[in-house]
Amino acid sequence: MNEAHIASAFDRDLEAIQATLMKMGGMVETAVLDSARSLADRDVELAEQVRKADKAIDALEEQVNEEAARVIALRAPTAGDLRTVLTVIKISANLERCGDYAKNLAKRTAILVETPEVSGTTASVLRMSREVQLMLKDALDAYIQRDEALAQRVILRDEDVDQMYTALFRELLTHMMEDPRNITACMHLHFIGKNIERMGDHVTSIAEQVVYLVTGHMPDDARPKQDRTAYVAEGL
Amino acid sequence: MTDIIAEPEGGDRRKGSLLAQDTRTQKRNAAERRFQIYGMVAVSIAVLALVFLLTSIVSNGIGSFSQTFISLDVVLAEDKLDKTGSRDRTEMAKVSTFGYAPLIKAAIEDRIAAEGIEIEGLTKPDAVISKEAAAQLRNFVLANTDRVGDTVEFKFLASGRIDGYYKGRVTMASAALDRNISPEQLMLADALKDAGALERTFNWDFITAPDASENRPEAAGLGVAILGSLYMMVVVLFLALPIGVAASIYLEEFAPKNFLTDVIEVNISNLAAVPSIVFGILGLAIFINFAGLPQSAPIVGGLVLTLMTLPTIIIATRASLKSVPPSIREAALGVGASKMQTVFHHVLPLAAPGILTGTIIGLSQALGETAPLLLIGMVAFVREYPGAPPEGFFDPASALPVQIYNWTTRSDPAFVERASGAIIVLLIFLLIMNIVAIILRRRFERRW
Amino acid sequence: MNDMRITNRTIEMNDIKIAAKGVDVFYGDTHAIKDVSVEIQDKTVTAFIGPSGCGKSTFLRCLNRMNDTIDVARVTGDIRIDGEDIYDAKVDPVQLRAKVGMVFQKPNPFPKSIYDNIAYGPRIHGLSRNKTELDEIVETSLRRGAIWNEVKDRLDQPGTGLSGGQQQRLCIARAIATEPEVLLMDEPCSALDPIATAQIEELIDDLKQRYSVVIVTHSMHQAARVSQKTAFFHLGDLVEYGETGHIFTNPEDSRTESYITGRIG
Repeated sequence: MNEAHIASAFDRDLEAIQATLMKMGGMVETAVLDSARSLADRDVELAEQVRKADKAIDALEEQVNEEAARVIALRAPTAGDLRTVLTVIKISANLERCGDYAKNLAKRTAILVETPEVSGTTASVLRMSREVQLMLKDALDAYIQRDEALAQRVILRDEDVDQMYTALFRELLTHMMEDPRNITACMHLHFIGKNIERMGDHVTSIAEQVVYLVTGHMPDDARPKQDRTAYVAEGL
Repeated sequence: MTDIIAEPEGGDRRKGSLLAQDTRTQKRNAAERRFQIYGMVAVSIAVLALVFLLTSIVSNGIGSFSQTFISLDVVLAEDKLDKTGSRDRTEMAKVSTFGYAPLIKAAIEDRIAAEGIEIEGLTKPDAVISKEAAAQLRNFVLANTDRVGDTVEFKFLASGRIDGYYKGRVTMASAALDRNISPEQLMLADALKDAGALERTFNWDFITAPDASENRPEAAGLGVAILGSLYMMVVVLFLALPIGVAASIYLEEFAPKNFLTDVIEVNISNLAAVPSIVFGILGLAIFINFAGLPQSAPIVGGLVLTLMTLPTIIIATRASLKSVPPSIREAALGVGASKMQTVFHHVLPLAAPGILTGTIIGLSQALGETAPLLLIGMVAFVREYPGAPPEGFFDPASALPVQIYNWTTRSDPAFVERASGAIIVLLIFLLIMNIVAIILRRRFERRW
Repeated sequence: MNDMRITNRTIEMNDIKIAAKGVDVFYGDTHAIKDVSVEIQDKTVTAFIGPSGCGKSTFLRCLNRMNDTIDVARVTGDIRIDGEDIYDAKVDPVQLRAKVGMVFQKPNPFPKSIYDNIAYGPRIHGLSRNKTELDEIVETSLRRGAIWNEVKDRLDQPGTGLSGGQQQRLCIARAIATEPEVLLMDEPCSALDPIATAQIEELIDDLKQRYSVVIVTHSMHQAARVSQKTAFFHLGDLVEYGETGHIFTNPEDSRTESYITGRIG
């Protein structure tokens, strides 16, 4: 579908909403990376920056929604054009949630810098966060390039994030059992880990939207789930 | 909308097969076939009537296009024609046609002798030659005074009875009873024919010569009538077309839609149905009595026919103007054309084919009109051609349909043939005009 | 951030081209337009929408005094173009119609050559001094009408020999040949197929850079695609007038919403 519409304004409208979406995606990527970095470096100022930047992400989501509604009302898009607009709306919602999680991480970082560091956990968190950020980048690239294969690969990588989260969960349990003074920090870290895992799920959702956009169906296979934390019992 | 759907009668129609026609369909088909047959019968009757008409006219009239001529050598005796010997035209003009008749008589007697023709009981051999011959001879001599004294070969019209003999009207038996011709003279004609002096050729004079008196049907021609009709058509064309088109444009485009305009429109439609003789009376009263125009002139005939043709042209023009789609007018107005510009640049060119067709139909009708012309005096016997226009419009002339009427009233049976011949000429003109109308219609075909 | 917003929304800055106040139109006894006031902006596409018989075409035809040709029509009220009252006695409708061009529902090229179709208007208004200038005007108009490439080799052929969409573009080129400032379009695409319609809409989008365009359309979707401002007429009243995106996403009046969502005819 590389031909332009006879009405060039239609093309401009579609490009505009996708451009806004990409801008939002860039901002969320930055937020994810910065929030993890602020935790690793115990940088309170960076955390504060991430917190404030979330407002802009929320405003963009609102803008995307308004513009998408306009396109639907004025252009009555069909087929690929319709899927473009629908996926823009859904992806912006996913991105906005990711942004919220990043903000949440930054908030908790401000608290964590008061408590002594729990050894080893920050690295795991950083690794998870890095993986999610790479997944997000690839998902957005897949969207722009309409690359279904890349999107499918992103979906599979969520498995890794889930595994990392399960491992972090066990690690934190161990730390808490070792020393009850760690409990506060570990609880925050646990929520941080959960948030990053949720971010991964949202990125996977974005990748699924890309598959929908390109093929017209949601991906067949059930999302692989490796989150075994629900089954973790003491001593396992 | 009824809520109850009634059962159609013959409700079993739906159950029957399509391949077998039910009774209703059969009856309907039979009725339609009958109607078609009625139509064909009607058309056949009309065609038969037309064929009968044409055959009778043509068979009666075709003879008038050929004429019998006799070739003779005439000695232009000086002692008879130019007594003074001066060759002066005015002097020689004093010799009337009476003086020329003996020359002709001498010529034919010479020819008889030369060919060795002997017929018992032959008297007045010059009766086989038309009386017109003397005038023809005189005109030649006066035009060529230097030929006096020479012997010149002439082709003279044979007399009406001789012509009739060769066309089957006159027989030996009827000649015996006839005052104007005798059987011996007929035999003389045969002898001359054998000798090659008498022949029957195509008669151009029928179309070009002026009318002749009752006694000389052989010399009668349509020249004056054709010219008169032509002048009248010119007058009608140049008067009726502009006035009619202008009136029509005004009524259609510019006149306010009020009671007065309605009255005018109704009256114009009624005028088209007025009997043509009424227009003749009108013409007599206004143009001849009141305006003092000369009687029997093409100008008067043209004016009367203009009045008659105006309603036809106006009605045809209005129909054409109405048929131009309003979208063209709107387009022109939308671009900023004024009402006049719209009418003249856009509506009129598109209406032109219809207007032309209407005009030609009107002219064709006018060509064949007789009654009004009778009243304004064009029934007179006119010998001279009307002059060249514009003065020619005021000279007396005749008209084709009137000439036909005139000839049918004459006693000589040769005029029957002449009248039928004139009808053929008239029909040919009407045919030409209608063909022109068809061609024009085709050429300016609708382009929107 | 504004560069990412969908364009064509910053129209509040344009001048008012046509100002109508308290306009009433009567056809005999029928009150066709009831006290309508509206301000049409310059270099903008304004759409008039509404169900059949609501008066949108009637109001459009008031703007170039085409209603004058209908004897029973009576127009009262104030209509000003560039501040001048067009119903003033000193105004000659012919001159007005050179300034306010019109394109009709059914394409109606003159049955003349393509060249003469375009050249007629400039000729009668004396817009060119010689043949060269006239040729230029013809070429410019055909280019602006997005039809030059298709007809440049056959300018002497009849205008009626083109396809429907091409004829309508020819009519648009003809309307802009007289250098109008306002273009009125009365359902210009209703006789055309979807592809031709889309081409004309793209052309209209282009034309708004030079002219004020007022388009009457019975397809509200066309109004949505093509216009920046929309006026909704219903039974002779102007119910709502506003920015197109606003009207189609969140209209103020419930009648507007009913019409747009297809709840009233």
